Amino acid sequence: MNWQWFHRLGSPRWFYQTTERWLPWLYLAALTILSVGLTWGLAFAPEDAKQGNSFRIIYIHVPASFLALAGYYIMASAGAIGLIWKMKLSYMVMKAAAPIGAALTFVALVTGAIWGKPTWGAYWVWDARITSMLILLFLYLGVIALQYAYQSVDAASKAGAILALVGTVNIPIIYKSVDWWYTLHQPATIKLTSAPSMHPDMFQPLLVMILGFYIFYALALIVGTRSEILRRERKTGWVRELAAAEVRS
Amino acid sequence: MPDIQKSFAREDPLSQPPLVSVENLAFERDDTCLFENIDLTVNAGDILQIEGPNGSGKTTLLRLLTTALEPRSGFIRYRGQSVTACRHEYLSDLLYVGHQPAVKLTLTAEENLRWMVAASAGSNNLSIQEALQLVGLSGYTDLPCYALSAGQHRRVALARLLMSQAKLWYLDEPFTAIDKQGVAFLESCLQRHVDAGGAVVLSTHQDLALGAVRKYKLEGQGRGLRS
Amino acid sequence: MTQQFNSGFSAWLKRDLVLAYRRRGDAAGPLLFFVMVSTLIPLGLTPESARLADVAAGMIWVMALLATLLSMDALFADDHRDGSLEQLLISPQLLPMPILGKMTAHWLITGLPLTLASPLLGLMLSLPAAGFVPMLCSLAVGTACLSLIGGVGAALTVSLRKGGLLLSLLVMPLYMPVIIFGSATVGYALDGLNWLPPLAALGAMLAASVALCPLAAAGALRITSVN
Repeated sequence: MNWQWFHRLGSPRWFYQTTERWLPWLYLAALTILSVGLTWGLAFAPEDAKQGNSFRIIYIHVPASFLALAGYYIMASAGAIGLIWKMKLSYMVMKAAAPIGAALTFVALVTGAIWGKPTWGAYWVWDARITSMLILLFLYLGVIALQYAYQSVDAASKAGAILALVGTVNIPIIYKSVDWWYTLHQPATIKLTSAPSMHPDMFQPLLVMILGFYIFYALALIVGTRSEILRRERKTGWVRELAAAEVRS
Repeated sequence: MPDIQKSFAREDPLSQPPLVSVENLAFERDDTCLFENIDLTVNAGDILQIEGPNGSGKTTLLRLLTTALEPRSGFIRYRGQSVTACRHEYLSDLLYVGHQPAVKLTLTAEENLRWMVAASAGSNNLSIQEALQLVGLSGYTDLPCYALSAGQHRRVALARLLMSQAKLWYLDEPFTAIDKQGVAFLESCLQRHVDAGGAVVLSTHQDLALGAVRKYKLEGQGRGLRS
Repeated sequence: MTQQFNSGFSAWLKRDLVLAYRRRGDAAGPLLFFVMVSTLIPLGLTPESARLADVAAGMIWVMALLATLLSMDALFADDHRDGSLEQLLISPQLLPMPILGKMTAHWLITGLPLTLASPLLGLMLSLPAAGFVPMLCSLAVGTACLSLIGGVGAALTVSLRKGGLLLSLLVMPLYMPVIIFGSATVGYALDGLNWLPPLAALGAMLAASVALCPLAAAGALRITSVN
């Protein structure tokens, strides 16, 4: 088997130069898909029978929650690749993924709270999903805090990767136990977004928004990783050349 | 006697691989190269003194030798085998005394030494009392170590040397905080160890009053960037 | 090989117990915290026994968790400071076994006393009689989980100067399933339900923690303790 591509993938310089070409397309795709999804969802999708227009916040809330969780696994996988194959690029991906994931988790929580006010009459309800999201935010913050606590970049990356992996083992346990805890204390009476029962006219724009968020996430991750590459490789020849060219132009 | 052994080993390396050989070792921390191309061999009967200015990586080199740190590239071999392949044998055969003496302040000197010996692989037939007497702590054995001085802590750690069966001694600045008689005693210890076929790698700025000390100089100029 | 497993485990277990015994004052800290904070609850909430009974189980669990966190950062930090950890990392033993020994010692020093003191707190907070046995059982199993999971956090923060607070932030989210099932065990008993299922869930978590946490802590220590 030819491992050439794998080693090349590990080179920050190769990554930086390759993604340079992808960026305009990703910007375009994210912008188009997100604006189509938003217009469709906010203006053309039918009103909900019970909740009226307030339900439309799901077009932000649901995709953000999706990616908040998926983002944790992406971050932890990047950390694992770094630990196993000693690939520095993947540590940079991990570091870039943490704040993006935390921000998406925060967005999911805030939109959940805004949605909660008209539906449940309170901004904060200890619902199973909201509680799990909150714990996920804490897990993200832990990984970020640990990485900033170390002076040494190597130690920060590896310690962060181990913590992220410990978190991945725990996430299913946390989710299951929070679900169980919720049913124990107050049986779920309000079921809002059980997707299959949604009307297709409401559901299709949601799918578009989820796709748009995925592309947006990829874009944010690449941009974040690129800036992390520049920061960590700032003393190498190619970054200096890049900076010199920037100054000249 | 040690010199004959050494030259013999050099003439015919295949029959008797050196105790420890380091090939092309490189270490970097945060993309800054601390040193590169370290090659050295340690044979039975050697005392190898690692020299170099502060920050040249003496402690790091010793930690690499103990496998506590991982090199960027290069190999450490023990009797011809990579240390990752014979980790257990290698670690059982080495004794490392680092900057911190690993002395617990709430335990007495005797308890500390008993614990250290129990945690390492094997010991000879010297008793703990005898060992402490030899390092000049006979009156202090039942005092908790917080009542002892820094030099005495070091003596507790060095008493391990007397009781150990390990062939390889790695000592990081072993003369720190030790008085004159202590230095002389330690030097005689090292001499006896290598005469019995052991080997010592130590880092110190002090010139040793010993006959056959080989020196390895770390320049501290390996600092450079990864290409 | 089995003997090797045992020696690493029991030697470090015994050592940590002796060290804790020598510093009984420090070891008693979490227990005193546990008892003292329980006085705050009636003061802050209400002295009415009916309302206290409602929150007693959950409060006792939250306080046990906080008391454990309070003592967690000393697990490896002391050994790191005096160099014992460095010696552990290069000992020929398999690293997870001594670490499991240390974690077990931590439970015996903090978790077990907290468990044994909990009936007293149950009385003070008017916990109904049906809750006492489930509370003892769930705390015994649950605090062991807390010691094991917390040990991973302690290993991740061992070389940081202000590791204690960060450690709490790292492990608090990982503790949440333990507190859910722990207080549910007592809650089930108070509702007259079979409280064995949530206790069994805690037991499953303990089994998984015993298998995984020493491994994760060993990996973490190899990275953090040398940087």
